Amino acid sequence: MTVIRDIIAGEEICYEKGGAVKKVTATENIPLGHKAALAEIREGIRVIKYDAVIGCAKKDIKVGDLVHVHNLESIRGRGDLKGE
Amino acid sequence: MNFMGYKRSDGRVGIRNHVAVLAAMDNCNSIVRNIATQVKDVLPLPIWYGRGQYGADEELTFRTLAGMGANPNIHSVLIISLEPVSAKKLAKAIKALSGKRVETVTVQECGNSISATAAGVEIAMDMVTRASEQQRELVGIDKLVMAVECGGSDTTSGIGSNPVLGKVADWVVDNGGTVVLSETSEFLGAEHILSERAVNEVVRQKILAIVNNVEEQASARGVSILGANPVPDNIAGGLTTIEEKSLGAVIKGGSRPIQGVLEYAEPPRGAGLYLMDTPAPALESMTGLAAGGVQVILFSTGKGNIVGCPICPTAKITANPVTAKRMAPNVDLDVCDVFYGNTTAEEGAGPLRDLLIRICSGRKTRAEILGTEDIALNRIQPTV
Repeated sequence: MTVIRDIIAGEEICYEKGGAVKKVTATENIPLGHKAALAEIREGIRVIKYDAVIGCAKKDIKVGDLVHVHNLESIRGRGDLKGE
Repeated sequence: MNFMGYKRSDGRVGIRNHVAVLAAMDNCNSIVRNIATQVKDVLPLPIWYGRGQYGADEELTFRTLAGMGANPNIHSVLIISLEPVSAKKLAKAIKALSGKRVETVTVQECGNSISATAAGVEIAMDMVTRASEQQRELVGIDKLVMAVECGGSDTTSGIGSNPVLGKVADWVVDNGGTVVLSETSEFLGAEHILSERAVNEVVRQKILAIVNNVEEQASARGVSILGANPVPDNIAGGLTTIEEKSLGAVIKGGSRPIQGVLEYAEPPRGAGLYLMDTPAPALESMTGLAAGGVQVILFSTGKGNIVGCPICPTAKITANPVTAKRMAPNVDLDVCDVFYGNTTAEEGAGPLRDLLIRICSGRKTRAEILGTEDIALNRIQPTV
């Protein structure tokens, strides 16, 4: 989920899914336009946004965590992984 | 729906009536600039490179320069070159593509830079006189070739501005016009969305092939494209991976069937939505679009990108509330309400459709007024 204003750690973030209003508590500061995890994501698991895969978790991610380059990595255009 | 444009002899329509002074090679850029200081109302188009290129790289540059000159926003073209062979070859190609008036001035024929500048001023002056007599006429949206572009993207682009552009793209296509979506590396991770909209299997395979080519380039270099795409400002704006950026980027092309995949600088062959295989940096991409005959560019930006194309008026649309405020002089339309969810993309598209028609009929974009415009030719091989 992308937040539309700056969120402070501990704040509740409301969002709508399938017509229902849901809540998640931010575990850390999440700046405007950045992503918060809506579910537990284990390391190595694919991360979904826009109903599509946007990459793979680099480490375990908890509900309400900031999701960005420190814990999510691309699986495309990865010439550096050639042969791995 | 109609706009007021300049009818061209090749059947296309310009939304501007430029007299272009086009360098055939970079060693003559100073003359191009000098002519533009003497003659008001010319469009100087200095370029980098144009000499010592060979093979596919030379063909690409030549096709790009010829397409730029042939663009319907340009009334007539004055080519400046060091020597006559390159100038005449380019002039012939622009004439063949468009039928417009093309003249050449070369330093080696004139003798020196001062006499070449003087000769260019005389010709440009006459071209401006003639161009100034042409009037705008009422034409339909079916004559519009529009491109959608994004730059300095962040997560507001995929949620706010690109959905608005997508609605306008659909509207242009539904009214018989043409839309071009470019920047191939920003199809990575979203190619399933594009390929399933291909009009046939050949187009579908072509979409997958141009995306695969980006992956192969990364493999051949042994590096990740992270840092090149997404770039640092994308990441600062919350975009984490190329997949996320792509999924937000392709929305700006709308939802209509994809008629074909164009090479860099290749004109669309008919109406509807096309993809053009271009690099993602805005200048290189927009130069290819201009050479492909695009008349106008809707350019969404998140963290903020000021640049436009001098040949195709470029309108900036942002859904980032910080950018809308801090970069206000460079922004043509603020669609932050879509990002906040206060209005739908469809509602947000109304003002953009209106702005588009006004720009096509003569209203200047901020990039045009402030001169934040430039050209960059795509290169694919080293110069000899």
